[in-house]
Amino acid sequence: MNAKTINIKVNGMPFFVHEGTTVLEAAKLVNVKIPTLCYHPDLPAWAACGICVVKVEGSPKMFRACSTPVEDGMSIITHDPEIVEVRRTVIELILSTHPNDCLQCLRNQNCELQRLAAEFGIREMPFEYNINRIPVDDSTTSLVLNPEKCVKCGRCVKVCQEMQNVWAIEFLGRGESTRIAPAGDVLLAESPCIKCGQCSAHCPVGAIYEKDETQKVWKALQDPTKHCVVQIAPAVRVALGEAFGLEPGTLVTNKAYAALRRLGFKGIFDTNFGADLTIMEEGSEFVERFVHGKGELPLITSCCPAWVDYLEKYYHDLIPLFSTAKSPQAMVGALSKTYYADKSGIDCKNIFMVSIMPCTAKKYEIVRSESMYSSGCQDIDVSITTRELSRMIKSAGIDFLSLPDEDADAPLGIYTGAGTIFGATGGVMEAALRTAYFLVTGQELKNVDLTDVRGIEGIKEARIRMAGKEVRVAVAHQMGNIEKVLDLVREAKAKGKELPWHFIEVMACRGGCIGGGGQPYGATDEIRKKRLAGIYKDDTLSKIRCSHQNPAIKQLYAEFLGKPLSHKSHELLHTKYTPRPLYTR
Amino acid sequence: MAKMTLEELKKLRETKKRELEKREVTGKDIEIIVGMATCGIAAGAKQTLSAFLNELEAQNLSNVVVRQTGCMGYCYAEPTVEIRMPGMPDIIYGKVDPETAVKIVRKHILGKVLINDHILDKPAADIMKK
Amino acid sequence: MAFKNYVLVCGGTACQSSKSEEIYKNFISELEAAGIKEDVQVVKTGCFGFCEKGPIVKVLPDESFYVEVKPTDAKEIVAEHLVKGRQVKRLLYQGEETKKHAKVEDIAFYQKQFRIVLRNCGVINPEDINEYIARDGYAALEKVLFQMTPDEVIQELKVSGLRGRGGAGFPTWLKWNFTKQVNDSPKYIVCNADEGDPGAYMDRSTLEGDPHSILEAMTIAGKTIGSNKGYIYIRAEYPLAIHRLEVAIKQARELGLLGKDILGSGFDFDIEIRLGAGAFVCGEETALLASIEGERGMPKPRPPFPAVKGLWKKPTVINNVETWANIPVIILRGGAWFANIGTEKSKGTKVFALTGKIRNSGLVEVPMGTTLREIIYDIGGGIINGKKFKAVQTGGPSGGVITADYLDTPIDYENLQKLGSIMGSGGMIVMDEDDCMVDIAKFYLGFTVDESCGKCAPCRVGGRQLLNYLDKISKGKATRDDLAKMKQIGAAMKRASLCGLGQTAPNPVLSTLTYFEKEYLAHVDDRTCPAGKCKDLITYSILPEKCIGCGLCARRCPVSCITGEKRQPHVIDQSACIKCGECYSVCKFGAVMRK
Repeated sequence: MNAKTINIKVNGMPFFVHEGTTVLEAAKLVNVKIPTLCYHPDLPAWAACGICVVKVEGSPKMFRACSTPVEDGMSIITHDPEIVEVRRTVIELILSTHPNDCLQCLRNQNCELQRLAAEFGIREMPFEYNINRIPVDDSTTSLVLNPEKCVKCGRCVKVCQEMQNVWAIEFLGRGESTRIAPAGDVLLAESPCIKCGQCSAHCPVGAIYEKDETQKVWKALQDPTKHCVVQIAPAVRVALGEAFGLEPGTLVTNKAYAALRRLGFKGIFDTNFGADLTIMEEGSEFVERFVHGKGELPLITSCCPAWVDYLEKYYHDLIPLFSTAKSPQAMVGALSKTYYADKSGIDCKNIFMVSIMPCTAKKYEIVRSESMYSSGCQDIDVSITTRELSRMIKSAGIDFLSLPDEDADAPLGIYTGAGTIFGATGGVMEAALRTAYFLVTGQELKNVDLTDVRGIEGIKEARIRMAGKEVRVAVAHQMGNIEKVLDLVREAKAKGKELPWHFIEVMACRGGCIGGGGQPYGATDEIRKKRLAGIYKDDTLSKIRCSHQNPAIKQLYAEFLGKPLSHKSHELLHTKYTPRPLYTR
Repeated sequence: MAKMTLEELKKLRETKKRELEKREVTGKDIEIIVGMATCGIAAGAKQTLSAFLNELEAQNLSNVVVRQTGCMGYCYAEPTVEIRMPGMPDIIYGKVDPETAVKIVRKHILGKVLINDHILDKPAADIMKK
Repeated sequence: MAFKNYVLVCGGTACQSSKSEEIYKNFISELEAAGIKEDVQVVKTGCFGFCEKGPIVKVLPDESFYVEVKPTDAKEIVAEHLVKGRQVKRLLYQGEETKKHAKVEDIAFYQKQFRIVLRNCGVINPEDINEYIARDGYAALEKVLFQMTPDEVIQELKVSGLRGRGGAGFPTWLKWNFTKQVNDSPKYIVCNADEGDPGAYMDRSTLEGDPHSILEAMTIAGKTIGSNKGYIYIRAEYPLAIHRLEVAIKQARELGLLGKDILGSGFDFDIEIRLGAGAFVCGEETALLASIEGERGMPKPRPPFPAVKGLWKKPTVINNVETWANIPVIILRGGAWFANIGTEKSKGTKVFALTGKIRNSGLVEVPMGTTLREIIYDIGGGIINGKKFKAVQTGGPSGGVITADYLDTPIDYENLQKLGSIMGSGGMIVMDEDDCMVDIAKFYLGFTVDESCGKCAPCRVGGRQLLNYLDKISKGKATRDDLAKMKQIGAAMKRASLCGLGQTAPNPVLSTLTYFEKEYLAHVDDRTCPAGKCKDLITYSILPEKCIGCGLCARRCPVSCITGEKRQPHVIDQSACIKCGECYSVCKFGAVMRK
């Protein structure tokens, strides 16, 4: 693509940029940082806050750098006393509507508004405080809406509507009584919200955040009658380090195990084991449908609870296509209170299972239906996010970076490369194909790196030949991209046409779980790509790279489950789905 | 499919122009034009209109047509009414309440005498009359 | 029998005070003396609206207009004009032959108004398309469809110098040309009939009185820029205008002047009406387009401009009602004719809604360049109740005030801006000595705070802070420091708001602060309201030496806080007084004092 190059000046410095660049992007190219608040690289410029204003020589007006495209010959002034004064006044105005309680706020030291106030050296509030007292909405299992802190940047609304296509929240009211809430002013739990938490991941301040359940974990850890076990998700190991200053994508798996042990957990398990198990169950499911014609195609993955909620609400006619396999965390949860309980001789009532997830929807998943109590007790007692774990580690005084590398506990802590790539978009599909190939043909894939399904593109497709037949697969991530895919499936089924795909993987969050709603703040595509690289590194470094080759998995089937899709497997490792209304009020 | 051709429009215009000038509106040569914009209606133009119709009927006058029009701009003097009749200058009356409407029919239309205290000047020349 | 002549003696209040009653009587006696009493009727009229040059006498049917007539002139007018048929030239109005006016033969000198936009209002029945057609209606469309190329239409607009009448004053030809040149389709034509400025109703009257002019103009635009679909976005608070538009559209469709293959030209164009829902901000063009699309009415950053990416991201021409109303006349008479009216940079006329403390409130359409004094005193008849002029506010909540010192300013876009106000959509509110400038600023800020869409922080938060400060000032609780902070917030709002609503919301404050600083300081330093408006700062009390104890004030008091015996001085209970001012206005003895 040959975009025209344009001459511009920034603060007197001449240089070239491509046509279509905004003033903000152009300034970044020459290392001039224009302050912003409502702007986010994931979204088209909303141009609301008014902090990124700059001057353009020849015009008496000020322009918003985030939304103004450069023009040939433009001379931009990013900083002068008048511009700084205007920006400062706008920040002071925003602060006058914001509660002054940084010290008690969960975004203390990690807040974009705080950073701006610090950068501009705000020392006093010249205007009277005018805060909209609206009650907190903590009706869902996973997220809390705190409208008092909202700065109306609009990111959450745009994410929920344009990126995720869920439309759970919208701007209500006008002017100073503008607030962000579900349509009709219902509670979030009464709205289409799928708890993906992308809103909380994009919020610059403490207006939307995950429900903090660390107190429950502390309590259990202190309870001498409880045997606490923990599982950690694949996506956590490439992002947890960011809370301690490490580069995104740094693999901190073994330090994480060590930290969890020091926190007091007796059993350190890994969700990747569950991922391998999911592949066994789901891969076998695929063989049943594809080879033996039992059940409908295309098979659609169901390990993402936000995606499950979305399908139950918006596409419940496609429920028969869902894999009935539970998610990896749910499988580990169920096994920890049966298989592990048996092995260790501890009653499941005394086992307290905690999962560390990059995801806010997992808090919803663990109470979603009866099948989450398949062990006879609640399979997973608490699910906390990467952000909550990092806070626990810090308040426990653990010096994360100096921890030694430790291992997880067998058998529920053993995993293969196929299990770990679940954290990436395309990873579930790649892992499933590695095993499905074996199950169908009886042979191992020569090259297990199926790169066609990797990457940050919203929808990816691939084809692979198995036993003389062509298997067509699709991978979609970021909820807004799924509409196209599903509409094509619906159309093919309605018209009796050939199916575009046989197997579809869906992740609600951009980038897959590594971009989850519970991950450290500030994710952009740049950071997502680094985390993805970390995941695939973990895969390449693994000795075993296919789920069906995991010795712990083989042992599990031999001693406990029998075989994939056995009666016991169905009892513990599979679930059902129900249509749900978009609005419950 | 065209509903009216160019020639037909031109012919229509000519016909209607002549009609307006000669005021041959279905054989009625006296016009009472009542301003029925929101300002007029708010000031009671609908009642004024009814008063005209009632008085015309009471006086058995069949050569008078009562029409509506938009705002003349004299919003402080609403309801406004224009009387056009052969042999008399066109007169605009302001502040025409139902009582004054009756007076207009009796004194101006029948008696050909202008009424005190209500006459307003035309706001401006008619640019459409070349 | 009808009379041969009519002598109209202007009976407006200003003329009456200069002896129009005497003139009237003299005419009657002179006519009697001349023996032509039966041929001439002398009539007293309402106000002729030319009060500076009163007393006025008009003779019909020849439409002679005599100014500054003295009672003794009656004899000469009777003898010369009515008996001999010769006008008394020395008394006739000698108009100033300025470049402002069009061809001299076309208008009588004394008429300051020049009705282009309102040409059919008050003349035709708006619900009868035939009357519109009879007065050259749709003749401009004929010309555009069959005789002119799109470039020729644009050229005519360029020569005319027509600028957008919605307030921004952007050259109309340029906007149409940009849209015409964009290589994209479909294109749209939009009429902005949201008219949210308080006190402005020019667009409403135009739509109620002459809806076809808008339909014709939009169709012309469609042919010029290559669009087949038009939308009229009209506020729901205008039910009569909506009804008249619906009737007009139906009649136009029936005659094939809207719809497919108009007049056999092969050109299709149709128009849909969309209703607003009570948001002033939807008069801002990008918010308006968002509203038509079904989204929240919140503005978008520009560029891209609607000409390039407008309705549904397609090229769109969006103009105000008044701009549209000018188009057919410009096409028929030519751009040069239009450019002959007005000033160098502001051509044509402007409709103003003249309201407030003025005798003759209403809609006036004057050539650009007419002075404020001419509008307020000549056409408007001056201040009512004999009060003193204080200021005139133009441009609605985006505008500012203009003081007596500048009344001779010729009105055009640039001049008003230089004075710290704007032309705006044409609201013109006259204020007298009883109006408090702080109160006025508070009123406008209250409006913009209520109507702010809330998207951008400078307007949403800054507006409320400004309003709070004004409230403090009106209650005598503000400091000089607060005035400085107001200026700081005003600057941030002007520079950093996303749309015109926020950018111009501080104007009423900043303008009144500039011209009436003393009045503000009286509120701040002395805690008084010189105009006697701000309730917290005024007290009503009864002067015992003037009060005769008639009890009228006590009877009228809505909270019954005045007590007193019959024929004894009465007393107001200050703790219960709500400062409504009723006692002050009813006391015939001047015994109620307001401080």
